[in-house]
Amino acid sequence: MKQLLKRHETYVLAIIIIFSLIITSINPNFLTLENMFDLLKSNAFIGILAIGVLFVLISGGIDISFAATATIAEYLTVIVCLKIGGSMIFAFLMAIFIGILLGAINGYLIDRFSIPPIITTIATMNLYYGLLIVFSKGKWLYTLPPYFRSFADIRVLTLYTKDGLPYGISIITVIWFALMVLASLLLIYTRLGRSIYAIGGDVISAQRVGIRVRFMRIFVYAFMGAMAAIAGIVQALLVQTVAPNSIVGKELNVIAAVVLGGASLAGGVGTVFGMFLGVMLLAIVQNGMTLMKIPAVWYDVFVGLVIIISVGFSSWKAKKSKVTSLIDVQEQSPQEKLSVQGGIS
Amino acid sequence: MENQFLSMQHINKRYAGVQALHDIDFSIREGEIHCLAGTNGSGKSTLVKIISGVEQPDEGSLITIDGNACHHLSRMDALRYGIQVIYQDLSLFPNLSVKENISMGETMAAKSHFISWKGNHEIALNAMKKIGVTLPLDTTVADLTMADQQLVAISRALTRDVRLLILDEPTTALTKKEVNALLAVIKDLKKKGIATLFISHKLNELIEVADRVTILRDGEKTGCFPSSELDDKKIEFHMTGANTSYTPYHVSLASSGQPLLQCSQLQKEHNFADIDLTVYPGEIVGITGLLGSGRTELALALFGLNPPTSGTCYLNGKKLNLNSVGDVVDAGVAYVPENRLVEGLILEQSIAKNIVMTILDDHLTKFGLLDEKRLQESVAALVDELGIKIPSAESAVRTLSGGNQQRVVLAKWIATAPKLFILDNPTVGIDVAAKSSIHTIIKELARDGMGIMIISDEIPEVLYNCNRVLVMNRGRIIGEFESSRTTEDEMQSFIDSHAV
Repeated sequence: MKQLLKRHETYVLAIIIIFSLIITSINPNFLTLENMFDLLKSNAFIGILAIGVLFVLISGGIDISFAATATIAEYLTVIVCLKIGGSMIFAFLMAIFIGILLGAINGYLIDRFSIPPIITTIATMNLYYGLLIVFSKGKWLYTLPPYFRSFADIRVLTLYTKDGLPYGISIITVIWFALMVLASLLLIYTRLGRSIYAIGGDVISAQRVGIRVRFMRIFVYAFMGAMAAIAGIVQALLVQTVAPNSIVGKELNVIAAVVLGGASLAGGVGTVFGMFLGVMLLAIVQNGMTLMKIPAVWYDVFVGLVIIISVGFSSWKAKKSKVTSLIDVQEQSPQEKLSVQGGIS
Repeated sequence: MENQFLSMQHINKRYAGVQALHDIDFSIREGEIHCLAGTNGSGKSTLVKIISGVEQPDEGSLITIDGNACHHLSRMDALRYGIQVIYQDLSLFPNLSVKENISMGETMAAKSHFISWKGNHEIALNAMKKIGVTLPLDTTVADLTMADQQLVAISRALTRDVRLLILDEPTTALTKKEVNALLAVIKDLKKKGIATLFISHKLNELIEVADRVTILRDGEKTGCFPSSELDDKKIEFHMTGANTSYTPYHVSLASSGQPLLQCSQLQKEHNFADIDLTVYPGEIVGITGLLGSGRTELALALFGLNPPTSGTCYLNGKKLNLNSVGDVVDAGVAYVPENRLVEGLILEQSIAKNIVMTILDDHLTKFGLLDEKRLQESVAALVDELGIKIPSAESAVRTLSGGNQQRVVLAKWIATAPKLFILDNPTVGIDVAAKSSIHTIIKELARDGMGIMIISDEIPEVLYNCNRVLVMNRGRIIGEFESSRTTEDEMQSFIDSHAV
């Protein structure tokens, strides 16, 4: 119990439960399987990006360019698939290849030239996104290959509403959860995963125990790229169109969700479970506002408040536990004042 | 003849035209406790980097470990021979648990790419057993004390098959008691045949346990001596090439009359209590005591950064408002913090800008703009007065050595012509030569009539530079010594007798 109270995740979970209760009391439609399944599907895009961001934050870095990476992977893959046919598996593999390439470029630049990650990825965000706009001329793609539609409709569990409409757990949700499980296993049970925490904790110490820091950096940003690419395809599956400008701009929301889940911008800290809760908290705030008929313009205000309260509370708790003192002045002086040479001669 | 574990001959190393090491011969026997001493820049870190395989020496160097000639000693080779280094910063991962920190070396060396948390637990337990300590395995390392963190670092080194343990400046952050505990661990390792190499510029405690001491100066070896042949004076001579003699500071206060600083019954919960303090102009008053005795808290209080809840303070007969740093500075108090690098200097800025930071208001033209010319003159005068060795007043403070950085901080405050100057551990982390020149400056300032307070862990430092020394313990002043009438041993045993 004591251990639980120390964990950031516990507080995020508590906030989620409180929000859920409030929303349900106003609109009982919130706490239905149908709504929950829908949340888990529609947030898979943000959630998959968040996995990548989590890795980058744990390693002590930050990435702003992932939305641009996701868009490029999505756009190029769909164009190639439209030209040559391909298949869903081919689409994912090709996107992942592009994502890894763009991510690895970030990692290499950051390591090779010691440019702060935020600057590097702001630069590559502009570069990647700019190139996409130049070559695509900003054209939207409205027709996707037919298998994009049929794949998006796959459900691993199908239930029916009272009106006879099907709903259930989407394949997209399954992809998200599978990635979270893999990411979690990777972080906890592999040397690679622990090395990410290690370089986030102290790069020099990491070097000294024999961790190849350059490889780790490139891996982390390439992994981010791969997640961004998968998220890009998931986005295409969800909305069935590809717009060069639909994802860019979501970066800070994703980073906020991950930080909300307990990851530290200073690096070295964060869990997949916490990240999941962070993503869900923001999702629930958004969904709940719709269900409570609060105008969407208030969304940003709520998100801001939720982040300040949640992150602020756990930082404050951590700070409080550090205040200790060796000296207790209330106690009486234990020995007589000794003076070898009293006063000054 | 005893078995040599490590032997090095004709070690040379040049960095970008600078000869860091010049034809060094060096050896360590099995199970030996060896000290490597030298001032900053003497080449001791470079030598350690070569021994641990982080850097390779220049052509023609010979390294033999355990009877094997090593033509190219890499970091991995050194680890395979059982050479482990514990750096001054300990190289731990503050965000990870004690368990994982200890087992990290094993994890990285293991063939498997997967982590066994049960295995890690075992590894950590075994390592701690080797040095006979128990630490909470699931606690995050950032939450431990410095001494416990050091034990974690040693435990981690011992998870591998260690033959030589290298400790870089292991005692600087520890209290006397913690140092003794550390030395007990090292002596125990010696019995197990594990050699230890201490790197230090402060040998006092270490010399008692060491077998031999190698001293470097300016990249050259001045000698390797059995530790029984050395004392502080001789070590200092070999390190600096000069005999520094201590002349205890003495001041006759008869003429001084009125006290400069007079505090009575200063108190602050969890900080200090019952503080009565008097400083006369021209005095150098030392305050010593174990870490956590409240000395730094008191110093901060006198500078207005840690206002006491009760008690009064007078400077030159005028009441001092301890609630405001601004008022205290205006009244003529200056303070040099313990951690000069973090608190006292803006490292990226130029030397000149750092020095004039405190006196900008006095250097305005009649239009309220900075008078660059007069500023430059002031900087030049101070740089000259304090003997700061700089290429140019415009170079960044970061490029200076520790001793010169400390002088820049001093200059910054001397520029304000303070009446009372409080120095918190002014020579921590700087070497003997730089140290004594700073002490000389301090004494000169006092002779000119400034009142000075020096807070220090090092008894010799307060004893040889102050006319009066106060000992603090658990927030109280528990003793007062006149430095000309006491000895180092007397003070040390007094402090130890009060240690908790």
